[in-house]
Order: sequence, then C-alpha cells, then structure tokens
Amino acid sequence: MSDLETLRHTLPMVGTEPSILDDTGIAHVVAHGHRILSRRTVPGLRVELEETPDALIGQLTVEAGATIAQPVHLCFGLTDPTGVQQITIDVQLQEGAQARILSHCLFPVAQAAQHRMQAVMTIGPGASLTYTEGHYHGLHGGMQVLPHATITVGQGARYFSDFSLLSGSVGHLDIDYRVDVEEDGLAELSAKILAHKTDRITLKEAVVLRGERARSLIRSRVVLEDEARAEITGITEAHAAGARGHVDCMEVVQGRAQASAIPIVKVCHPGAKVTHEAAIGSVDKQALETLMARGLSPEQAVELIVSGILR
Amino acid sequence: MHRHLRSYCLLMPTPLLDIRGLTCEVAHHRILDRLDLTVQAGEIHALLGANGSGKTTLAYLLMGCDGYQASAGQVLFRGADLLALPLHERARLGLTLAWQEPARFEGITVREYVSLGHRQQNPEPALRQVGLDPERYLARRVDKGLSGGERHRIELAAVLSMKPKLAILDEPTAGIDMLSIGHIIDIIRALKRAGGSVLLITHQEDVALIADRASQLCAGRIIYSGSPREAVAHFRGRNCVRCDGEICGYVRP
Repeated sequence: MSDLETLRHTLPMVGTEPSILDDTGIAHVVAHGHRILSRRTVPGLRVELEETPDALIGQLTVEAGATIAQPVHLCFGLTDPTGVQQITIDVQLQEGAQARILSHCLFPVAQAAQHRMQAVMTIGPGASLTYTEGHYHGLHGGMQVLPHATITVGQGARYFSDFSLLSGSVGHLDIDYRVDVEEDGLAELSAKILAHKTDRITLKEAVVLRGERARSLIRSRVVLEDEARAEITGITEAHAAGARGHVDCMEVVQGRAQASAIPIVKVCHPGAKVTHEAAIGSVDKQALETLMARGLSPEQAVELIVSGILR
Repeated sequence: MHRHLRSYCLLMPTPLLDIRGLTCEVAHHRILDRLDLTVQAGEIHALLGANGSGKTTLAYLLMGCDGYQASAGQVLFRGADLLALPLHERARLGLTLAWQEPARFEGITVREYVSLGHRQQNPEPALRQVGLDPERYLARRVDKGLSGGERHRIELAAVLSMKPKLAILDEPTAGIDMLSIGHIIDIIRALKRAGGSVLLITHQEDVALIADRASQLCAGRIIYSGSPREAVAHFRGRNCVRCDGEICGYVRP
C-alpha cells in the first residue's frame, strides 16, 4: 500500500471519511514526512508549500473577503515506525475571510517518531478561522508530538481551535499555543485528550487580550488512566477595558495517573475581567452513583461519564 | 403506637421492602437507630421528618451509596438481602433513587440520560409526562445549562423511563415552582400506575398527602406509621425534643 493510501485509510481514526480527498470541491494537502503526496486548492485559497530535507515549509492564504465553503483538510503524517516530520506553516486569513481548517495528524505505526509543527496564524480584521486538529498516534506510545503556534486575532476577528486526541496512545505531547486578541476579537481554544499507559502531556495555552472588548475561552478536558501524566497550563492576560476571559480546565484521573493544572490569570486594566475554574480528580462520585442507580455497571458508568467529558 | 403499627402490618401482604432494626453510623454518629419500615408493592409511602432526622441517610443506605453502611439490621427487597448487593445490582433488582440535588453530566444528552440502560426505549413519553417538550430538550446536555427545576424533571423522567419496582424520591419538589408541583405529583402517581412503589421523602404537606401511607422519622427511628392525613395532622405545628436535645419541627403546611 502506498503512503497516500495508508494515510487515507487512517483518516477514519480521526473521524474523517477518506473520500473527502477525492472531492474536487474540497481543498486538501496530504504530506508524508516532508513530501507532498496530494494537494488541491479551491478559489479564494492559495497554498504554497516547499519540500526541503528538514521541513515542509509553506504558506496558506485565504484571500480578503473569501469564504471557503468546505473545510480545508491538511493531512500530515508518517507511515513508518520512525522518522521526523517538521511542518513550518504560515496561515493568513486576510480581512473578512472565512475558513475552516481540519488538520489531521496521522502516525498509525509510530514507535519512535517525532512530529513538530511551528505555525504562525494571522486572522485579519473581521475574519474567522475554525481550526480543528485531530491526532492519531497509533498504539505503541512511541510518538513525540510538539505543536507550537502563535496566533494573532485581529480587530473583530474570530478564532476557534479544537484539538482532540481520543483514540490510541498519546506518547509524548507538548502543545504550546499563544493567542493575541485585538479589539472586539474572540478566541476560543478547546482541547480534549484521552491518555493512558505511560503517556505524557504538557499543554500550555496562553491568551493575551490586548484590545478593548476582546474575549477568550480556554477549555481543556483531559482524562488520564494507568500511569499517564499531564500538566495543563491555561494563561489569560487582559490588558484593555471590557476584555473578558475564562479558563475552564477539567482533568479526570484514574488508576495511578497524575495531573496538575496551573491557571494563570493576569488583569492589567480595571475594566477587564478574567475568571478561571479547574477541577482535578476522579470521576464525580454522585454522577457515578446516579448512573449505577439506573442499572449501569461501575465500568459502564465511568465510560459514559468520560465519553461525555471528552465530547 | 408500636402495637398499632404491628397490627397494621399483620394485615398487609409480604412487603416489597422490609427494613428491620436498621442502624447506621456516619463518622461515629448514629443516624439511623434500629429503624423498622415496610413499603408494600404498588404503594406510595411518604417519609416525613425534620432536617437531620435521617431520611436522606436511609435513602443512600438503601441504594448502597459509598460511605453508607449498616452496622446492624436487615433489609429485604423483593425477598433478596439488599444490603449484600452492590449499588448497580440493587438497581437491576428494580430499586432506584432520585437525588435531592441531581448530578450534572457534561456532554451527555437528555436523550441518552433518559434512555439509560434501555436504549431502544423512546424517551419522549417520559419527557412529556414531566412537562418537558421533547423537541426542545432531547438534544440538550444534562449539564449546568439546565435550571434546577429542569434538572429535577429530567431526573424524574429518567426514573419513569426505568420503570422501577421501588423509586426512592428524595424531596422531588425541592426547587420546583408552585405551578409545577402538580406535575411532580402526577409523575409520582404515574410511577404507581406503572406498577411501581415510591418511597417519597418530603417536607411538603400537600405532597405527602398523595401517599397511601406515611411514616414519621425522628432521630433515626420511625415513630409513627399510618395514613398520611393522620400523620400530617398529628404532627402539624408540634415540636418534639429529640433524644439528642435538638428541637425538630415536622411537615411544612
């Protein structure tokens, strides 16, 4: 099976049908390591990518005022047990542009592989980007994934991100996102991760509300089993009048797993407000007993609660 | 009073729930003290008592909640030794509990919640019975987005849908507006019509009066069992001094 076919067949692990790559109305890029296997663009979207020995480097631009009706699929991965993939990408949504990007990071047989992403995203004034990132790292736990991104949300612009890693092993995951939000801008960052065995997670999301009435929400849901470890840091700084931010972190710990949550809130203007809530612990006892009082076994009850938290 | 209770029980068929000498201590404090109580099949049985009298402890102990264990006594439910069973097996035997403050479930929809354990069943009739429009509620999450009253009704819809042999309802009208209390009363009656029994923990006189029988709990003991009207009338406006010196009031008119 070719690398392209292997990656296509792995797409359902992140909830995507392989047939989207055949649809001429849907833009996509499929890359194995630093090699582009397939690409298609649509009107209003420019994709410039360069293959180099050390990285796949490129720029994705949604032109001013353009609305990309169908999500743009970025499918990155490795089909070998070992290897390194470095993606350096600059995403620009020009003024008033609207797009959804689904980024699929697929490493189905990884045993000692690494995926690094350095992204710079600029969401122009009045533009809107929904960035959904689904990962599958196989079953071996030998994957190291380091997605780092700097995002600027312009005046009146909107940025929604949703990271999920819900099946297979995590391996070692180190997310570091920083978002600057200008006047009347909105940023919502969501992360959902299910980790087990010896998985290690470091999740750091920082939002700086620079402009007046800028708003943000950082929401993370992490479920840890076995001996998994996680450290979640949610930072929100508010620097202008009317800025509003909220950090909502929940970590469910089972077995011998360990978790820590570090919410950091900084308010530099009397008219700004940032709130945070963090909960770490086992599955809520009353919730568990309520489901058992309807006849579910303890295992079924935990599974249902966990699946709800990770939706 | 105890002679009255015994002779009354002699006339009754084998109870669905038969509690004898039940004693329970929580944090070295005796909450239930040699408690005797029976609930018959198809009966709505109101359990009255002041705050701290042991009503909720009895509910949790019967359901098998963590941290509530009997130090003495026996409980037979449908002839089985209830105290020997884990919580979910008690539920599978037909016992369930609706908590006074129902839990919230992130991500779980009302449709899933009301259909728990019997996914083929259509949850819509149960929702309609509790006065909620299925079109508006089925896709909603059983989370913090629901008001207290909505959450209570959804809890009762889930209980209705389960068709239990015995539902323990811990203050089902707490937080419910006056106009909606009639709905809750209808639900309790619907549970009975469906062939079930209800152990109804309440402070509200008008709710207690729908019961077939009522028992008064004081300081961990049943001190009166009989008709709800007599129970309410007997204790209305009175205070008693509990064995621990606290003064307890009874049902709220």
